[in-house]
Amino acid sequence: MPDKKSTPRLKQGLAEMLKGGVIMDVVTAEQARIAEKAGAVAVMALERVPSDIRKEGGVARMSNPGLISSIMKAVTIPVMAKCRIGHFAEAQVLEAIGVDYIDESEVLTPADDKFHIDKRNFKVPFVCGATNLGEALRRISEGASMIRTKGEAGTGNVVEAVKHMRRMMQDIASLRKMDSKQLSFYAKQERVPLELVRKVASMQKLPVVNFAAGGIATPADASLMMQLGCDGIFVGSGIFKSSSPLKTAMAIVQATTHYSDAKLIAKASEGLGKAMKGLEISKLETRLQHRGW
Amino acid sequence: MQGDFREHLIVLRKLGVSAIEVKSPEDMSKVDGLIIPGGESTTIGKLMSRNGLDREIKVKHSQGIPIYGTCAGVILMAKEIEGSKQPRLAIADISVARNAYGGQLDSFEADILFQKSKLHSVFIRAPIISRTSKGVEVLAYHKKNPVLLRQGNLLMSTFHPELTQDARIHKYFLGMCSKRMKGKIH
Repeated sequence: MPDKKSTPRLKQGLAEMLKGGVIMDVVTAEQARIAEKAGAVAVMALERVPSDIRKEGGVARMSNPGLISSIMKAVTIPVMAKCRIGHFAEAQVLEAIGVDYIDESEVLTPADDKFHIDKRNFKVPFVCGATNLGEALRRISEGASMIRTKGEAGTGNVVEAVKHMRRMMQDIASLRKMDSKQLSFYAKQERVPLELVRKVASMQKLPVVNFAAGGIATPADASLMMQLGCDGIFVGSGIFKSSSPLKTAMAIVQATTHYSDAKLIAKASEGLGKAMKGLEISKLETRLQHRGW
Repeated sequence: MQGDFREHLIVLRKLGVSAIEVKSPEDMSKVDGLIIPGGESTTIGKLMSRNGLDREIKVKHSQGIPIYGTCAGVILMAKEIEGSKQPRLAIADISVARNAYGGQLDSFEADILFQKSKLHSVFIRAPIISRTSKGVEVLAYHKKNPVLLRQGNLLMSTFHPELTQDARIHKYFLGMCSKRMKGKIH
């Protein structure tokens, strides 16, 4: 058999390799080097971190390809980049640059009010956000190779990520008790293939890797999400909006691997200085998690 | 520690072996063999050196414990990593070139020959072994590149047998550990 590229196994396989690791948002090549030095498993190349997008407003789009390429040159770890929900042309550009993963992200302003990208048409793998199981399965059936919670990006407030992770776990557990009629009803209601629902019901987990994202700002936040059952962590504004980015990044990496070792996390958290300020969810003008469906 | 350790644990448990995650230096005293999984070699290397797991692995290696590395594991075992000073165990007499096939878009699946029969293999942002010393035996090639190697009690594959249903490489490694079948994993 000739060699094959871009198969689902390869796309999902890379996400398997990222497990137990931290993916960090970076806006410059210099930040990417700091992230790599701290032990990040991958970086997300962006023009603005979510907390700045939230502050500055305006339409948030895919980052400049030149910036993404400079970040790709700066590090040896995988580089991810975000495109707008439904904006398949941005995704084509990111694939052409050769990024390792695309995040079809609610953090950017959505480009299509009906359709997410048909991700099966792409060679590059995609990660997508979800707030519950139905949403995750819709993304997977569109071809997503990795899922993350949406949480509430740019807030430094972990409550929404916790809510989404717990909801996902609860949804998966509830499938176990359903008979075949109920499973079929659930599949119809959520507009996802029955076969996929059956698979999740029997495996009792998502068929792809599931990371936590949206509001994680401290080592203890990372440990919390890992203990709730996620496979790894995305940190956005939490690192480079803290007073000592390298130390904070290193501590979050340690806390993600050794998530059940509270003593180690205590030690890693010493002398970190100020974490990012953070925002109250009820006072937000825009809830990014409501973008996408 | 970091990477696809869960997939290795699943394969080992299917083969009836008791297997644990190795995260701390103390865990090394509980195992008769160690698998270093696929993942990010820079991340695993740093985590190992921060808690002293690297030193403990080297001690056990000098006492002859079998160690199997897949992908990132191979990079961590190599004495030389081209163009990189990243932390490593430096226990195998090989040189590796990281991301030598390219990025994720160049990841591939291929059939290789292992013990004269076909083995389907998954290569994800894989390294290429650019040099091997005497004493390193090549057990399989993909095209002209060595992809499965053995040096004494060390086994190395630049591909991921833990992502396929074929457990032959794991069985081969268990053969290396068979004296005291207990656990492993990282």
